[in-house]
Formats: sequence, C-alpha cells, structure tokens
Amino acid sequence: MLQDSDRIFRNLYGQYDRSLAGAKARGLWDGTADLIKRGHDAIVDEIKDSGLRGRGGAGFPTGLKWSFMPKEVKDRPHYLVVNADESEPGTCKDREIMRHDPHTLIEGCLVSSFAMRANACYIYIRGEYIREREALQVAIDECYDAGLLGKNAAGSGWDFDLYLTHGAGAYICGEETALIESLEGKKGMPRLKPPFPAGVGLYGCPTTVNNVESIAVAPTILRRGSDWFKSFGRENNAGTKIFAISGHVERPCVVEEAMSISLRELIDRHCGGVRGGWDNLKAVIPGGSSVPCLPKSTCDETILDFDYLREQRSGLGTAAVIVMDQSTDMVKAIWRLAKFYKHESCGQCTPCREGTGWMMRVLERMVTGDAEIEEIDHLLDVTKQVEGHTICALGDAAAWPIQGLIRHFRDEIEDRIKVRKTGRVSAVAAE
Amino acid sequence: MSNLRKIVIDGNEIEVDGALTLIQACEEAGIEIPRFCYHERLSIAGNCRMCLGDGVGGPPKPAASCAMQVKDLRPGPEGQPPAVKTNSPMVKKAREGVMEFLLINHPLDCPICDQGGECDLQDQAMAYGVDFSRFQEAKRSMDEIHLGPLIKTHMTRCIQCTRCVRFATEIAGVPEMGCTGRGEDAEIISYLNQALTSELQGNVIDLCPVGALTSRPYAFTARPWELTKTESIDVMDALGANIRIDTRGRAVMRFLPRENADVNEEWISDKTRFVWDGLSRQRLDKPYLRGLDGKLKPVSWEVALEAAADQFSRYSGDEIAALAGDLPSAEAMFALKELMLKLGSKNFDCRQDGAKLPPSNPNAWIFNATVAGIEEADAILLVGTNPRTESPVLNARIRKAWLAGTEVAMIGEAADLTYEYKHFGTGPRTLAEPPSEMLELLKNASRPMIIVGQGALAREDGAAVLGHAMALAEDVGAVSDEWVGFSVLHTAAARVGGMEVGFVPYHEDSDDDFGGIADAPTGRDVAGVLDGVEAGEVKLVYLLGADEIDMSRLKKAFVFYQGSHGDAGAHSADLILPGAAYTEEAGLFLNTEGRPQLTNAAILPPGDAKENWAIIRALSAHVTVGATDDRATLPYDSLSQLRARLFEYRPWIASSIGAVVAKSWAAEPKGEVTDAPFMSPIKDFYLTNPIARASEVMAELSRQAAERSAPIAAE
Repeated sequence: MLQDSDRIFRNLYGQYDRSLAGAKARGLWDGTADLIKRGHDAIVDEIKDSGLRGRGGAGFPTGLKWSFMPKEVKDRPHYLVVNADESEPGTCKDREIMRHDPHTLIEGCLVSSFAMRANACYIYIRGEYIREREALQVAIDECYDAGLLGKNAAGSGWDFDLYLTHGAGAYICGEETALIESLEGKKGMPRLKPPFPAGVGLYGCPTTVNNVESIAVAPTILRRGSDWFKSFGRENNAGTKIFAISGHVERPCVVEEAMSISLRELIDRHCGGVRGGWDNLKAVIPGGSSVPCLPKSTCDETILDFDYLREQRSGLGTAAVIVMDQSTDMVKAIWRLAKFYKHESCGQCTPCREGTGWMMRVLERMVTGDAEIEEIDHLLDVTKQVEGHTICALGDAAAWPIQGLIRHFRDEIEDRIKVRKTGRVSAVAAE
Repeated sequence: MSNLRKIVIDGNEIEVDGALTLIQACEEAGIEIPRFCYHERLSIAGNCRMCLGDGVGGPPKPAASCAMQVKDLRPGPEGQPPAVKTNSPMVKKAREGVMEFLLINHPLDCPICDQGGECDLQDQAMAYGVDFSRFQEAKRSMDEIHLGPLIKTHMTRCIQCTRCVRFATEIAGVPEMGCTGRGEDAEIISYLNQALTSELQGNVIDLCPVGALTSRPYAFTARPWELTKTESIDVMDALGANIRIDTRGRAVMRFLPRENADVNEEWISDKTRFVWDGLSRQRLDKPYLRGLDGKLKPVSWEVALEAAADQFSRYSGDEIAALAGDLPSAEAMFALKELMLKLGSKNFDCRQDGAKLPPSNPNAWIFNATVAGIEEADAILLVGTNPRTESPVLNARIRKAWLAGTEVAMIGEAADLTYEYKHFGTGPRTLAEPPSEMLELLKNASRPMIIVGQGALAREDGAAVLGHAMALAEDVGAVSDEWVGFSVLHTAAARVGGMEVGFVPYHEDSDDDFGGIADAPTGRDVAGVLDGVEAGEVKLVYLLGADEIDMSRLKKAFVFYQGSHGDAGAHSADLILPGAAYTEEAGLFLNTEGRPQLTNAAILPPGDAKENWAIIRALSAHVTVGATDDRATLPYDSLSQLRARLFEYRPWIASSIGAVVAKSWAAEPKGEVTDAPFMSPIKDFYLTNPIARASEVMAELSRQAAERSAPIAAE
C-alpha cells in the first residue's frame, strides 16, 4: 500500500486546510521558482524520464506530448489547456483535486506551461462542476494575490496567466479538439486530426491539452525526482494514480494508490470489499464507462495498469473502477452506457451519429429479450463498423463496452432471448 | 520550391503536391473516391466518412481521405513513399459500414424523390450498399424547415453532410444555416426557421448530395433522364455564367450551372437558375401591328415585314434610329447595325442606360483584371457598384478574395455585400480627390484593383468619372505590363458585345465594308434619340430588346419592337417583331471581361417567333434603300455566314471563343465631376429584364426581398 508520505495529493478528502496557506504547509508552492529555473527542456526531460502517462484515459506519455510543442515561440503564442471536463461515467478523481487540493493543479499549470513556453493556460471545467469551479477560482484568486500567478509568477521571471472556463455540460467537450472548439466559443465538435493541437490548436496556435491529474502531479515529480515517481508501478506504467471505485463495494471511494496495484487489493483494502464478498463479484469495468468490462474469472488476477489491462482487451482509462456484483443485469447496465453515448454523440460524423442510436435500440430489445439470436452478431458487427471509423474516440468508447458485453456475457443475452421466446429458462440450478 | 511528394496509390506510384489531400491525389491518379461531405470549393468537414482509405503502415484504422494531406502520410519503414489503398478489404468494409449507417435512417422514398436519378446516395449505394436491411428499429423522421420559395426541403432525407451550411456561411456569406442538436437529433435548420436571403441560395440544391434540398419550382416536373441537356451561357447579368439548359419537348425545365473556373466556378445566381418560368409567360409569339384604331393586332410575318419596310421608306437615314437592350446577341446587333448603315443612319446605340463608355477605347469598358484575377488582387476599390446585386457570383469571388485577406474599399451607396469594406465616400468627388487613407491602401497593394460599376458611368458626368477612375488606377500602380487592375463591371449581358460589334453612334466612314470607330459621336446616342423623338427630328425608332428606357418619350415616333417578351418596349411599340429568347437561339455574348462565349438553342421559339438575326435579315430584303428600288438585303443567309462576316469585322473574336484577350491600355481624360452620389443601377435584383419580370418566381422573390428591407417600426 502506498505510504502517506508518498502521496502527491495530501488533501484529497478535504479534511485539511485547502487554502494557499494550507497548501504551502503541505509542501506545495515550495521552490516553484527554482523548478522553473531548471529551464524548459530540463522540465520536459524530467517528466519524460518519470514515465508519466496521461491520466485522461489514453495513457499517452505526457513528457513526449509536451515535447511536440515547438521549441521556440514564433508568431503564435503557445497555450496549455487543462481538460477538467471530467464527464466519463464513473470518473470523479479530478473533482477531488479541484475542490480539495486545487493548488496542486495551479502550480502544475505554471510549471508545465513554462515547460511548453506558454504564457497563458486555460482550465476548461465541466459544466456541472459548480462548487469545484468556485473552489478552484478562489484558489486562483489567492495565487494572483500572492503573486504566484500573473507577471513574474512566483518570482520565476515567467509571466503567466491562468483562466478558468466553464463548460456547458457536454461529454464530447472532454475530447481535446472539441474542447478547443468549445473554448473558442463554437459548438463542441471534434476537429479532424491532423493537424494536431501541438501544431494548430486553440485559436490556431500550438496547444497542449492535458488532463487535470497529469498536470497536478508534475510539480511533485519535479521536486521529488523522476526516480521516485518511477519507483511505483511496473515498467512503463510508472507512478501513483488516483483510482475512483464505485458500484457494488462496501465503501466507494477515491484513493491515490501506486500503479499496477491488484484489483482485489484495491477493493479489499480501500473499499471494504465487494458487497457480499469477493465471490459475489460479477464483473468490473476497470477504467470508466468507455472500456470493455472484465468478468469475475479474470478479476482475480487483474492488476490495474495500462499495459496489463490492454492485454486483457480492456483499458485503464481514467482508472474509474466500476464494480458490479451478481445482482447486476449486465445487459441493462451496458444498455445504460449505450444510452449515454447515444445521448452524448455530437452528431458530426456518420458512424457515431447513426450507430450509437442503433446500438442502443438493439440493446434495449435485448434487455427484455425481444430480439433474435443472430442479432447478437449483427450488433457486434455494428460496433466494429463504428469503431475506428469516426473523427474522435467517442465512437470507439460507445463500441467497446458492447463488445466487452458480447465477449464475456453472450450467454446471458442468449438466455434472455430464449426465455422470451419459450417462456422458460434453459438451465436452472438443481435445488 | 518543389513540394512534390511521391505516393503509391493502389500500387501505382505518382508524384503530387504534398498539400493535396488524399482524395485529390487519388483523382490525379484517376481513382474516384466516393464522398458526400467533401466538395472542393467548400471547407473540409470530414464528417460523412465515406471516403475512408487505408494508409499502409500507418495507424490500423482507416483515414478520411478528404482530410488527410499527402505530406502527413507516414512513409514506409525504409523511407519508401507512403502507400495507400483505396480498394482493400478494410476500405470496402469501412465504406459498406458507413453506407449502411447512412441508409438506416434514410427514407426509402426514391420513387417520389426529385433527386432520384442524380442522387449521390443512390449512386454510391449501388457500389457499397446491400439489398437487405439489418435495421429493425423505427426510422428517424425530421421536422420540415422552411427555406423560402426556391428550396424545397425534406429533412428526413438529410445525411448531415453540412455542405449547405458551409456554402451559406463560406461562399454566400449569409450565415443563416446551421446544425443544431447533437447525435442523431442533429438537424440542419435555418436561423429562426426563416427563409434564406442569399441571391445564391439555389446552389445548395446542387450541393445537396441527397434529396433533402431540392428545387421547389422544379418539384415533380421531370426526371433527369427525360431531359435534353444543352450547354449555354446565361444572360441575366454580365458575368456570362456557364449554364446547362435542361429541356423536355419544347419546354425549358430548369437551369443548372456548368463549371468554368474562370467565370462562375460552379455557382449561378438565383435569377439565373429560377428564371425559366419567365420564358413561357408574356411571350411575343406573333407579329403585331398597331391598327388605325390604335390597338395592336396580330398579323402575318409578310404583312409585318411589308409594314416595316414601308415605314423605313418614308424617312431619311437621319430620321431613323435603333436602340439595343440588355439581352440581344452580338450577331443580332451586328446585323441591325449593318442594316442601319445601309439605310444611311448612324443613330444606333446599345448603351440604353446611357453609360458613358468610350467605344474607341475597349480597356475603358471591360473587366481587364478578369474575374479569376479578383483572387489575385490584394486590394479592391469598388466605385459606384453593388456587385451583390449586379453580379452575385462575381460578388462571391470578391468575398472569397476577402476571406483570403484582400482588403476591400468602396465609393458609392453603402450596402451589405457579405464582406467588410472601408467606405470612403458616396460620390465622384472622393474619386477626384482621393483621401490619403484610400490611396495608401491601394498603393501598398501589389495588385490593386478598381472595379467601376455602371452606377458610376451611367450619369451626366460618367465620362469624367471614368477618366478619374482610370487616372487613379495609373496613380496607384494598378496598370502595368502583367497586371491591369482597372475593371468595369457591366450589368447587361449584351453590353460588351454591342460595344465590340460597334453598335454605337461612333461610325467612321471608310472605303472598306465596315468603317472604324470614331473618337467622337457621328450619330445620336440614347439620350440624343429620345431628345430627337421629342423634337420631331427622329421619326422611327427600332428597339432591339430595349425595355429599360423611358418609353413615354417615344410617343411621337413610330416604334418597332423586336424581342421576346411583352414588356415596356412592346407596349409602346407600333410594330412588334417576335424574337427568340436566349434559350432559343445560338448567339455570341461577350461578358464583362470581354470573353466571347456562345449560347446554343435548346428549344424552338414559341409560335411564330423567329431568331433575332433572321428577322433582321428577312426585313432587310424588304427594305429599299433611299428613293431607289435597291433592296438593303444583308449579305448572309445563315448564322454561320453572319458570324463569318462578324469575325471579318472583329477577327480576334473568332480565335478566342471562351478566352479573354488583353487590351492595350490608354487612359481617358479626366473632367469636371458633380457632387451627386453614385446610385446602383439595379433597384430590384430580381426584376432587371423582361424575362425576369415575366417570372412568377422572380416576382415572389422580389416581394419577399422588399418585405425584408421594409423598415420595421420600433415598438
């Protein structure tokens, strides 16, 4: 288990003072100017070396992403945009950072903006996060008053402005290019890539979009060194990570843990175990609603990191672990996710616009068993027609949970259909 | 700088510009990629996903070839040129998937859809569709939207390609369409469900790849495979847009644009597109002669021509005059000019609006910079012109240049031109004494352009204004060997043709057949003719399609009207010679650039109406010259003979049909200007000529435009 002294977020639960004074007492804003004096490239290299992978879901190496920004500011300014549009069902880690430990994020914004030669940073916060926005804004104001932001921020010699922008509650605005569009005041619809934001981003300028957690961990990594950060987790899956466990556990929680922790340890130690005991587990969605679920049979061995879960044809995503016990109607659960994606599809490109609704409606009939057996294969085929053919990853996100369902719980759907057709279940436990 | 990149498409290596998108590169390689949202004159949306292609060695998912640039493709592992496949199983699967998605919510109403037979979705479904459906759910239906009298909507058929939205926003410059809602509830709507206000809106009908937006006036009248297609030229304005006339039997069913990158790209204005109902109304289909009771009575051609010859024989050459309108072909004007000269009259003029165009100096009345040249200009000064009403398609070119960074300035009536401009003044004084800011703007440009409209020239001091504008052009460096930025925008399709064939009272006597163009008038111009009639000096006026003059001033003369429509000219005529409209005869038109283009006859003229040149030729055989018995018979029996003679007079036209020939530069003298502000010659865009005035559709559009511009009381 991660020692308290190794936690980056010391006030995740808000039990301590979340003001600037409290943050400083916990070691934040300590020698920020010195961090900056290391220089742009040294910071990027340190982050690269730490093995930090993006915490927003895709797991792209953060340092590498930063290094895609032009090495010199030419005619167009650079921007850092922080993606705080945390809307994935099951995911609630960034909100804890923003409402209870906002100074980790603000300091991170300064340091990482400096690394990417950006003098301005925008935080795009989810529309529903009202209190979180207030808390974050209070913290930003505090920092301006204390000279930690603005001209010569934190005495580093770097001019830096931080703006907080409130979204309007669309899931798609968490996609980085849709977020940029929304930030520019347009309808939140993903852009075509290439060009990538590092070349043409916000207002056509070089831009990096990072998740809240990726940015918030940066100052601590710089202070404690990349080797410290690397000491957690498996090779290529370094660091600590905030997990958010929800669903059928005794005590759902948000907790910072080392990467590559086993699923069972995470649930048993931090959440009081699965409701009704480990054997009552039915399935787990390990990374927020958009990754395929894992059945109980694989959960025993599961460790939570990017590469392991990818091998299991799932993903770490945002590390939002959704636990489902034996009482769960899996078909209905996945239908609910399909309904979410249908509702949140932006409608720009054909496969997602037409496919999400179709998939949801077929699933809707499968929930009641009002379908044909061959429709299961049709549905799988439709998910493959959506996956990889869309402008952004929402199409993939809509397809994967259904693929996971069919991969692991096909018999459940088939049973449902048979029951509907014949009026009796195919197999009953002998009693 | 060589930007060429090698690329292997389906195993064939070709070299293309790296900035091209994959879809364009494939076109160069002769491979057509299916597409719905992509259109080469619109911005790239990449949303239909039909053009997915397989980049070998790249990411394992297919890429949209409309959005992927060749330079962004990943090269092979050893630096080989990037390879793409457009026919791999993955591509086929991907496109079939997209096609299925497009079809699941598309109604199966092809039999009652006007797009049937020319529908991209239909065509592509033949290649990528299947003959069964796996879709068991209810199909989506959409509320209809109201886009006005031109565009019929059936939004359930919409596939959300957003071409119409992009056209309205980017090309037409009226951001009145948009996409609201999201996911499968996304729908294309107009702002507040109001009718569109653009003069170019009809183009969205062509752009719509399905039957969501179709032509309302054309609705349910014909199927594309029943139509005979004739390539021709539009005469609604002086741009000379290239059109296709679709006819069935003896009726014009619709007009469509043809692509000509130098003239209209592939757009036409609504007047051009929807004027066809005017071609079947108010037509002059028989000769008429005013009887002793003062009423027009139908007569035979024989009687009409005899009556005409009789009238001619009564007057000397000085007492007869001819005026040509905005629509006649160059051949008809040329023939009429020759007849007039044979009768000893030099009183003929094609400038019925009275524009002060100096006939001996062609560069003073053509669009020297060419329409395509607008895009090369980096500063444009509009003088006394509202291009949005005078030539909407040309205005879209100016907007295109403006979007690319060209600065626009204006002297004249302020108007919404769909782009921003600096307004420096309203009258010629601003031109004669240019403000320094304006001079600076033009002088700092490497290719400055000055567009002079008829609103600046068709006035008392028009010649002086022209001189000042040309002097300004020289002053700001708009005149050099490789760039002449001084350009005149005409409003009438026939004007440059008339000027070029010498239908102006500047005839110079000479020994050869034709005679040159004099520097000073040798006969009466439009104003002179009207004055002459009132003074009793001109007794016979031959109107060749001239309707835009003050007919009340012609009361004292005997008036011939030759033309296609019963409009102002026909009403005041004593003798009506029914002629063909522009869809009914082959003719030569020179557009505002001086570009000669040929129209073709798509149908026959109605009733007894004849081709215009043939009427004049037939008349000439009845007319006697002076007091002799000699007939004034013109020396041609066919249109090709007439053209041969016209080409003898203007040899350059024969060798440059479709092309622009640069004219040598000479400035006109400046003169005294007045303080009267420039006024646009077009009061109502939709009703500028007899054909448009006969059209119900144009009348409706005009009424709606008037309603929109009527001031609303503050409440």
